[in-house]
Amino acid sequence: MNDLSQTAPLKVRGLTVSYGATPAVFSADITVQPGAMTAIIGPNGAGKSTLLKAVLGIIPRLSGQVEVYGESFDSQRARVAYVPQRASVDWDFPTRVIDVVQMGLYRQLGLLGRVRGQHRALAQECLSRVGMSDFAARQIGQLSGGQQQRVFLARALAQGADLYLLDEPFAGVDAATEKAIIEVLKSLKAEGKTILAVHHDLSTVPDYFDHVFIINKTPVAEGTVQEAFTQDALQRAYGGRLASGLLDQLFPVANPAPPASFGAGPA
Amino acid sequence: MGNEFVPLSLPPLLIGCLAALACALPGNFLLLRRQALIGDAISHVVLPGIVVGFLVTGTSSTWPMMLGAAAAAVVAVALIQLVHRVGRIEPGAAMGVVFTTLFAAGVLLLEQSDTSNVHLDVEHALYGNLESLIWLDATGWSSLLDPAALVWLPPELTRMAVVLVLVMLFIGLLWRPLAISTFDEGFARTLGIRVGPLGLALVIVSAIAAVAAFDAVGSIIVIAMFICPPAAARMMTDRLLVQVGWSALFAVASAIIGYVLAGYGPLWLGYSDSVSAAGMIATVSGLILAVAAMFGPVRKGRAA
Repeated sequence: MNDLSQTAPLKVRGLTVSYGATPAVFSADITVQPGAMTAIIGPNGAGKSTLLKAVLGIIPRLSGQVEVYGESFDSQRARVAYVPQRASVDWDFPTRVIDVVQMGLYRQLGLLGRVRGQHRALAQECLSRVGMSDFAARQIGQLSGGQQQRVFLARALAQGADLYLLDEPFAGVDAATEKAIIEVLKSLKAEGKTILAVHHDLSTVPDYFDHVFIINKTPVAEGTVQEAFTQDALQRAYGGRLASGLLDQLFPVANPAPPASFGAGPA
Repeated sequence: MGNEFVPLSLPPLLIGCLAALACALPGNFLLLRRQALIGDAISHVVLPGIVVGFLVTGTSSTWPMMLGAAAAAVVAVALIQLVHRVGRIEPGAAMGVVFTTLFAAGVLLLEQSDTSNVHLDVEHALYGNLESLIWLDATGWSSLLDPAALVWLPPELTRMAVVLVLVMLFIGLLWRPLAISTFDEGFARTLGIRVGPLGLALVIVSAIAAVAAFDAVGSIIVIAMFICPPAAARMMTDRLLVQVGWSALFAVASAIIGYVLAGYGPLWLGYSDSVSAAGMIATVSGLILAVAAMFGPVRKGRAA
């Protein structure tokens, strides 16, 4: 049995996370399709990042099961790579770009394994995949936001995983970086890897992703972009918080008139 | 020269260096984790622990006091967490509140209890008794090879050496997880690194270093060594491993320069008495930090 094509890379059932008394994510079920690029979308404060962190065990969950390739996450860690939000770390930390990428080799190296030529070459190759090979010896604080994001992606590449979880990889990056990142993600997809990313820019969802998971504390819709990324689902998730022009732009032909907007009736 | 130096100056110099190293090495990680005050906190709460250890056992021997100090350190760490979580007070302030309160309680206990006949007082707690850690059985450099004399080395020297080895083993063996979890805790968790226990272990190892160093050299050196050498080292390099190396160099330099200046500096200036070695060592470490902050190669401000 072909593991990669048969088992869902990530299956979450009844995931509930709470900060204090109010749940941040309530009873979420997700099934991530193998070889797909899935976007987690939803309004600010909808629990997108929380969901990802709870799946990875970074924050505790109140309830719910997480299966990675049909097994417990703990037994499958080596197959999962994670790109945290750029703002989650102190970029003044005394370390160079290449050292950060080599952190991705930790599971391979263990506590005391020596960093050999092959490891250095692998880290360097991951850097060049994100277009950062000239920056290997730079201190990470000297990089721009987009460059820092690419270093994080290179670190995830070094992990050599099958499932990539990314938290807002396009947040606050320049256009060149966005293009570089999406190219790397698409090449990963072409290699049969699975990608799940928290994403906030609705206008790029159909271009970048093939599956979506829409959440506003509770799950709203899940499926291929065609099935689930609908005007109706977005209205339910975002309520009145969507810019009216955006829906017209996203759904130009199928739905000429968003139901909630005024003055769009037949002339 | 050796006849006087080996019995009178070598042991305090060595103990000062070992204590400085044992505090400065974990200090690098505490500083980067914004927990540098932990060393300060522990060295203060050690006082009530030692007094209680003395009151309970009635002896001023080492082990009851060390145990009392260790217990007080654990209580303090728990209290800091409690004040931070329950009181919703930021960690730095929580540490400040807990350690000053416990230190004050220690002073009160000390005043009220009959400790006048033992070597236990606030002065000792603050700047230790480095100069009194002498090795009377030594007659010169040859004593370093004489087993009969070596037995009478000050016990603080052996204890400090053991603690330094423990600190170095801890940091050496767990270097990678310590570095990764200090830089990016969330990522470290996804790798399967037990971030919580590792952070606690770092605090415990720092506490052991602080308690042992406190006993030998007083709390001033402990506080200074946890912060000054690592902070100065950060100004010298952008690599963690190199930073730890610089911090070790600065720690040893502070101990040696400080000890020599305390012993001979006043004489050179025409005064008759020497000054406290602990105070001078801490001052030198502060001066090194100031110089590094002014002239260090990577002293840039926090770039936005």
